[in-house]
Amino acid sequence: MEKMLIEDEIRDRLSQAFAPLHLEVADESESHRGHSGWREGGQTHFRVTIEAPAFATMSRLERHRAIHSALGSELVGRIHALALHVSGPEQPG
Amino acid sequence: MSETVTARIRETVEANDVVLFMKGTRSMPQCGFSSRVAGVLNYMGVEYVDVNVLADEDIRQGIKDFSDWPTIPQLYVKGEFVGGCDIITEMTLSGELDQVLEAKGVTYDKEAADKIREANA
Repeated sequence: MEKMLIEDEIRDRLSQAFAPLHLEVADESESHRGHSGWREGGQTHFRVTIEAPAFATMSRLERHRAIHSALGSELVGRIHALALHVSGPEQPG
Repeated sequence: MSETVTARIRETVEANDVVLFMKGTRSMPQCGFSSRVAGVLNYMGVEYVDVNVLADEDIRQGIKDFSDWPTIPQLYVKGEFVGGCDIITEMTLSGELDQVLEAKGVTYDKEAADKIREANA
């Protein structure tokens, strides 16, 4: 079986956990080429934009913690950088 | 996590009003995310202590356990964890960081903060 891309793992786990209205997962590793944490083949730097009802009542810290928790420490540990833009429905990030 | 590391971290964030745990130093950051937060604090004239986690492996892991937060940089104001790079960036642009600093009695340059917001409007 082909190994699952980290990008897809992130998308799957967040979709399951939050049933988001909007979800974008971008692998931005290439734009960090040569920076610390970067490695050949990418899959080190990601940017997630997510909008879900569950976030509406959470503080900024709670939103990020909920996402870290949904991804799990093992997956988070494999990623060098994870930029998060989190919002509730119709709220600016 | 060892008791000693926890105690060292606690002492640092309680003894200093503003502490930034970062990769590299405030004048020579080693990571773009650390650099961004240090840059905001430098520009806003906030007095803070920088802790280079790359210089101390115990602190590098210990700070993640301390705050239950998996990434660096981490900003503490008056002993309280405020956020990492994305949160500090958002709070700077929304004015929430100003509110936190004011509420905690930390001085900063309001005009400089406004300039950051104007430049990113």
